[in-house]
Formats: sequence, C-alpha cells, structure tokens
Amino acid sequence: MAARHSGIVRGTHWVTTLCFLALLVTGVEILISHPRFYWGETGNVLMPPLFTLPIPASRGSVPTGYSFVLKDQNSWSRSLHFQSAWLLLFTGLAYTLSGLATRHFRKNMLSTAGPYNPAQRRTYLFVVFALFPLMFWTGLGMSPAFVSAFPAAATLFGGQQSARTVHFFATVLLVAFLLGHIIMVYRAGFVSRTRAMITGRAPAKEDT
Amino acid sequence: MTSRRKLITTGLAAATGTSGLALAARLAGQHGLLPPPCGGFFAPGEVLTYGAQRLLTRHSLAREFDRSQISQPSYANGRPPQDEAFLRLKAGGFTEWRLMIDGLVARPASYSVADLRAMPSRSQITHLACEEGWSFIAEWTGVPLSHVLELAGAAPQARYVVYRSIQPRWWDSVDMADALHPQTLITYGMNGGELPVGHGGPLRLRVPRQLGYKSVKFITHLTVTDSVKSFGKGMGSFAAERGYSWYNGI
Repeated sequence: MAARHSGIVRGTHWVTTLCFLALLVTGVEILISHPRFYWGETGNVLMPPLFTLPIPASRGSVPTGYSFVLKDQNSWSRSLHFQSAWLLLFTGLAYTLSGLATRHFRKNMLSTAGPYNPAQRRTYLFVVFALFPLMFWTGLGMSPAFVSAFPAAATLFGGQQSARTVHFFATVLLVAFLLGHIIMVYRAGFVSRTRAMITGRAPAKEDT
Repeated sequence: MTSRRKLITTGLAAATGTSGLALAARLAGQHGLLPPPCGGFFAPGEVLTYGAQRLLTRHSLAREFDRSQISQPSYANGRPPQDEAFLRLKAGGFTEWRLMIDGLVARPASYSVADLRAMPSRSQITHLACEEGWSFIAEWTGVPLSHVLELAGAAPQARYVVYRSIQPRWWDSVDMADALHPQTLITYGMNGGELPVGHGGPLRLRVPRQLGYKSVKFITHLTVTDSVKSFGKGMGSFAAERGYSWYNGI
C-alpha cells in the first residue's frame, strides 16, 4: 500500500521545516547574547545560574571565560524569530484543524492499522501536541506584555526565567527529533521519501 | 494537468486573501492596532505582534511582586554617561536636572526632580527583562506619565510620546496606550532610595509591559506628537533605527 501524504500535510510539512530552521538559527543567535540559564522569575550575572553553556557570548556583559565577544545579531534575529513563529502558528493551526477534519490523526497516528509503528506514533503525537505547544507557551512566557494579560504563561513553570530554560530544553528535544527524523528518512530511502513529501507520489517498490 | 476549476479556485482564493488583508490593514489602522511605519520584510510579524498584543493587553497590568522577591543586588547594565555636563549635574545632586515637556500640549513645562517628587507618586515592584535574556525585580517609585500629560494638557490628537535621554543616541517613543497606562512611570526612586545613576538616575521612564530597552535612562525631554516621522529617521526610536523592533512587548 502506497502511503500518500495529502496536499495539506505536504504543504504544512515544508512551511514548518522553513519556520523551524529560521526559529532555530535565530534562537541560537538570541541565546548567545546570554548563554546562562536560571530558574524562577529572575536571573542575571549577579546571580548563580542553573547552568551555563560553555560557549562564547555576543555581549560583553556576560562572563564566559572566552577572551572574545561574538558579533551581536539580536536585532534581526528577534524580528525573524517572531515572524517565523507567527507563520508557524498559522501553519500549525491549518495542519491541526485539517488533521482533525480529515481524521488524519485518527487514521494515521492513533490507529495500529496506520503506516507507523508504535514508537513513531507516540513520537509524532508528542511533537505535534506537546512539544510545539510547549514552545509557544514558554516563548510567550518570556513576553512581558503577554504575561501581563496571561500570568500563567510564566507562572506555570515558576517564572519568566524558568520559561526561558524550558524553552531551551524543548528546543533540544525538537532538534533531537529532527535528527532522528532525518536518519529514519535516510534509511527508508532519502530520495524517494523526500519526493513523496514533495509530490505526494512514491514508487511502490520502495514502500515497505 | 492543471484543470480550469483549480485555476479559478486558486485565483479566487488569492483575490479573497489579498482583499481580506487590505481590509484587515484598514480596520487595524482605524482601531490603533498598527505600529509606526516599520515596513520591510519584517512588517507582517511586527504588525501581527503589535496588533495582537494591543488587543490582548488592553486592560492588563504588568505583574507586581512581593517585597521579598526584589533582586538583591539588582544588576545595573551599561555605563552611565561620563561627559562633563552629566558629571556636573551629578555633582550638584541633580538639582539642576530638568525634564521638559512640549509638542501637542496646551502648557509646555519644565520640571525639576523635586517638582516631580511633589506630584502624586506610585510605587510598584515589577520585573525588568532585557532582550538579552537576563532580568531582575525592583521596586520603582515615580510619577505616572499620565499625570504629567494631564498637567501639560495633551491634545486629543496625540498618538505618541517621544522621550529623550541626556545621552543623545538614546531616545524612544510609546503609543498613548502605554503613555497613559497606570504603570508607566517617570521614576526617581528605586528600592526605597533614590534611583541610582547605574539604573538611570535621576529620571528613568519605566514601561514595565515592554522589554528593558524601552525603559530609557536619564530622560530630559518628553514630546507629545501625532506622528513620529519627524524624529530621527522617522522610525519612532533609536532602537528601531538599529534594526530592533519599535514595539517590544515580546
């Protein structure tokens, strides 16, 4: 049986890919302006960090142990980060609503008769319904304006610095998922699987 | 392969989308949901963030904390001005410091720190977060900007308040939603004492629903205006001229 991806799944997959890469690169740029993490509401260089990444920083105000300061890229990184987040939000909503309407989740991700094994099903559902919402939640938990209207965005995790730290760990999990995903695509036939996600057609012989 | 029906549907969807966007932009403009001219590649994100946050935070107050949550010591970022004019004002205990207010006001004025201290005051324990990622909590004391605007008689067509620092490169502006917000303070006190120079003393504008760079230190000049076009490069703030967004509630 050739498992074909619907047009909406293919379209949202690639827009999500684009947004995720933009969010990752700009997220790293924002992070290196202060590569220290804290727990609770507040955190700064006068306070002991929860942990520090052993990398140089893009601002001279942070002690890193390195004798040089990287180029500061926060301005455009922040703008691109939030613009990509907006596009990802709309894409995610389109994907989720259409997935519910077409019973995509029920047929392909919840059912044992679908194309994926149990570990894949659990992982996809975790990424779609836990990790991505968590990224939005903790991202908004760092926004002073959003938190003024919805304090829970920060307080659920114990404060704005906690939200920032959880945002970082959720990113690590998403990057781990991306690597695992690419390895599995590679093992299943990189060209045919990628073509299937672009055109929706897959040669039957390479389907397992 | 492309059927005529598909082509027509796509065309209709594109037309609906475009006119929908144009209508949305007009409605947003009428309801004060558009930031000052930002343009360029990032305009869609800026407009969405500003519009959405203005809708969501219409009546919201920045969180206020318990006294026990005040950061000790509080981190002062950057170096205070080292020029002679500032040092002379500092040596004189800032008694000669003046805050001017002009523009679209009935009664332009110039206040000393003592004048501002004699006005109704407000104290609040709020979070100051920098766009770099660090933050601290402090108690800020000052006079609400809305009170000073009322004294000066801001005109009904006022849309922004431009505020300038004694450091010429630092200037910014807020819309009236933030200018009239009860927590937007011209602060002169911090944690029970005078506002330290490291934190922008003698006067710093605190805008607690936005990130730290909106809270400009060492302010000397407020201008009420209906457009930010004639200030600097017309982008509403020094930060915006450097590529940072004018609105930074996020």
